[in-house]
Amino acid sequence: MQKAAELGYNQVATQLALETRPEEISRIKTACTDMSLDFVSRVDLRPRSQDELVGLLRKMRRRFEVICVLCETKEVARQAAKDHRVDLLNFPLLDYRRRFFDRAEAELASGGSAGFEVDVKPLLVWEGPARVRFLSCLRREVAVALEFGLPLVVSSGVSEPMLLRKPREVAMLSSLFGLTGDAALDAVSHNAVALVRRNRQKLGIGFVAPGIRVIKQGADC
Amino acid sequence: MQLDVDCVPTERDFIDAVWASVTKLFGEYGASLTSLALISYDGEQKFAVVRANLQAVDNVRAALATVTSLGGKEAAVHVLAVSGTIKALHKNLGP
Repeated sequence: MQKAAELGYNQVATQLALETRPEEISRIKTACTDMSLDFVSRVDLRPRSQDELVGLLRKMRRRFEVICVLCETKEVARQAAKDHRVDLLNFPLLDYRRRFFDRAEAELASGGSAGFEVDVKPLLVWEGPARVRFLSCLRREVAVALEFGLPLVVSSGVSEPMLLRKPREVAMLSSLFGLTGDAALDAVSHNAVALVRRNRQKLGIGFVAPGIRVIKQGADC
Repeated sequence: MQLDVDCVPTERDFIDAVWASVTKLFGEYGASLTSLALISYDGEQKFAVVRANLQAVDNVRAALATVTSLGGKEAAVHVLAVSGTIKALHKNLGP
């Protein structure tokens, strides 16, 4: 967190365990506020079936600000894409046959509210043919996401502080897979901030539906 | 740029790491288009200035982001400022 603050990040989301209690989240938030960081609670779900995903979403949606689904099967990927409770779709990094982000997936996701998440960590730690294949795969997926107007979120995906890079450097890395200029900066900053803002509104008191919220209630209304 | 590393890397360590990143990412042809050159280096302050072709600035920045080790130690290179002239660069960075 300290490193993220030094590198110029204002908002940071880290993956929390499913069992994380609200008090623990509040404690992390307070610690981050002291470093001028806005902490976003995030959970990464790895369901093995559609039913498991639906069950997890029912339990987790109101506990975390951002929900990312790591889609390891096609069934899960399709369900996650159309479910409005999913914020981000992520796919396995190592197995290219299980990256189910294709035109059908993007079309489903464009009707929902899920964005497509790209981790740049492999670009830093891999080299040679593995990085070449990863870049080529990402370039194809990003082109599909842009075609269907899906929000793209580029994340560091790292667990060691030394692999953290400045936001602009992450945006420059995004240019390697077809995101250039403003689109790259939006993917690093604007899209993620918009997603968090939307979810915080939804989780806030008085939210009924997008654009509708309770501002007063009681006998005098 | 600021080097984030726990040792004092030599100038040779630094420039080798930068060239290795650029050639790995863009190949020898891509690297030749960058016109990359080291302008100044201070190992103690972990501070370096490099020159690159304007059209290749984004590629060089992407390559610098992929530097993960210097002199055999875990490292990161963070760009502090980009400028058209050395004079303006020092002005941007302050005293």
